[in-house]
Amino acid sequence: MSVEVQDPSANSQAAAKSDIIVRRRLLSDRLQLIALSLGPLVAAILVASLILIAMGVDPVAYYTYIVNRGLLSPSGIEATLTRMGPLLLIAAGLIVAFRAGIWNLGGDAQFLLGAVVVAALAPVLTAYMPVWLVLIVTLIVGAIIGALWSLVPALLRARQGVNEIITTMMMSFLGISLSNVLVKIFFLDPATNVPQTRTLPVEDRLPRLFDTTISSGVLIGLVAILVVHYVMAKTAFGLKLRIVGANAKAAVHAGLSVSALTIGVFAISAGFSGLSGAIAVLGQYGNVRADWNPAYTLTIVPLVFLARFNGFATIAYVFLFSVLSIGSESAARRLGVPNYFTLVTMAILLILLGITEMLDQKRRESRRT
Amino acid sequence: MTLLTAAFLTALLAGAITAGIPLLLAGLGEQLSEKTGVLNIGIEGMMLAGAYMGFLVAWKTDSVFLGFVGGAGGGMLVAAIMALLCVRFGLNQIVIGIALTLGAEGATAMLHYFQFAQTYPRLGAIASLPIPPLANIPVLGPALFNRPPIVYIALLLVAVFAYVYRKTYWGIALQAAGDKPAALDSSGVSVLGIRSVAVLLTGALVGLGGAFMAIVGAGIFVPFMTNGNGFIGIVLAMLARGRPLWVLGGAAMFGACLSLTTALQVAGVDIPTDVIQMLPFAAVMGVLVMLGRKANLPSALGAAYVRGAR
Repeated sequence: MSVEVQDPSANSQAAAKSDIIVRRRLLSDRLQLIALSLGPLVAAILVASLILIAMGVDPVAYYTYIVNRGLLSPSGIEATLTRMGPLLLIAAGLIVAFRAGIWNLGGDAQFLLGAVVVAALAPVLTAYMPVWLVLIVTLIVGAIIGALWSLVPALLRARQGVNEIITTMMMSFLGISLSNVLVKIFFLDPATNVPQTRTLPVEDRLPRLFDTTISSGVLIGLVAILVVHYVMAKTAFGLKLRIVGANAKAAVHAGLSVSALTIGVFAISAGFSGLSGAIAVLGQYGNVRADWNPAYTLTIVPLVFLARFNGFATIAYVFLFSVLSIGSESAARRLGVPNYFTLVTMAILLILLGITEMLDQKRRESRRT
Repeated sequence: MTLLTAAFLTALLAGAITAGIPLLLAGLGEQLSEKTGVLNIGIEGMMLAGAYMGFLVAWKTDSVFLGFVGGAGGGMLVAAIMALLCVRFGLNQIVIGIALTLGAEGATAMLHYFQFAQTYPRLGAIASLPIPPLANIPVLGPALFNRPPIVYIALLLVAVFAYVYRKTYWGIALQAAGDKPAALDSSGVSVLGIRSVAVLLTGALVGLGGAFMAIVGAGIFVPFMTNGNGFIGIVLAMLARGRPLWVLGGAAMFGACLSLTTALQVAGVDIPTDVIQMLPFAAVMGVLVMLGRKANLPSALGAAYVRGAR
């Protein structure tokens, strides 16, 4: 009986070789991912530059100004980082929902209602408890309010299969009006003529970081998105959600309780939006004015897609977007390029992203055959 | 009740029609797209493009008719991008729809800013076309039968669509493109062709709705003036489940709620507009919760058609 004896060193050489191949493939995959993400961004800036030229604005001067105002000046970077907090939380909620195949497009109302209730509650609570407790309580309340506002769409989707795009948008219109009613009638600050809630004093707000004006909300946002990234990528719960998102029927066959998971996803996603509203009030604005609606949700959707639902890439894109929006707000005043230009840039980005995705898919298919 | 005077009721009804016609056109347009399997989230953008182009053309040419043509053209322009990207190339309809809405919001606001800076020129009052015997009925007459011709055309379109969907070859082809595109394809009809035409027509209808808001409703163009009307159109189309008459009913209900706001304010009742603006949405959510119907939408809705793919 002869046993084929292998040379152990050859074996380990082969292993090392295959290891190198795997690593190379991983590296090239990573590079491809980065190229697929950065490609549309660079192309979008180029197209946007052409539009700027058509408007008679020097694109180099415009983008230099934006980078200077949004990134390089001390007050600019502070404003940029502060704005990132609420945006990151909305992005975290969208990642959870989209990964699970649920189109929660009602984020604006979830955000606003969270903001309004927190703005009304926080100044009252400060009379009864220490500031740190007020902050914790109101953050939780904001998240719960946001989650509650998604309950009806969640139940309708889970129990009756009613399309959530419609129901979340309906609840969004409803909620935006409701938050205006709340501000104008119930939570009105009697001390001012402007219809708005009472203003939370600066010392009762979320602490600022170091000696800057940066709100610590950005830390909450960063933690949230990293937790979401970890949970979606590494845990059983995240895997379940991804299965539901990839194929709900297969998920049923795999024994997953799709309706319970659906309701859970709505609650988490909307809870993040509500928390985002709470942080915008507690960290930045201190009150809510009537008819205030930053309408962040639809502008964050493209960023999350661009990042391919990856948490780290989302952080990078939210940062870029914050620089762009802070810078362009200043550019609107100084360079005469209206703020609306950011919307156009986002639209171009979204379309180019779609086209890149399509080209990538075609390339992969042709490689397979 | 001093509120229920003839003048108040007339203003209420007339306002309901003025607010409802854009919703009707948006709903009919969305319904057409959805029938062929294209979930058109971009109609808010098409509507805004229609409002802007409609206003601009009407203002430059002093012709209401050309204004409406321009509005339909503006909507079609945005729809052409959608047809190209989503029907031809099969890109994600929701992502592109959001992109087109954001882009149209930004582009129209920017163009308006460069053309008019912060001024908002106003169009002249639009001539109405009374329908002789009916226009003399109290309340109903002035509100319904003494209106610009575009109102009658929009209402007539409901009947036209109902007929086309039920009785014609085209209606069946449209339905098939949304329910079983592969079957339509194998019977020798181009699915992509039908869907492209449907999306373009949607753009024209929705653009017309936007132009109506600018030319008849407001008389001016203001950035972001469609203010969610396109999204309400999507809701109407989904609730109507392919029936044009239901779109009309829904548009009338939403229109009445929107009109009640202004009518009550004119009558001196002090209710924040937001309270009444919530009514139609609350009503629809209530209906959905009570009836809890299964969404009855074309089975291929939202999916790009790729020949031979499973």
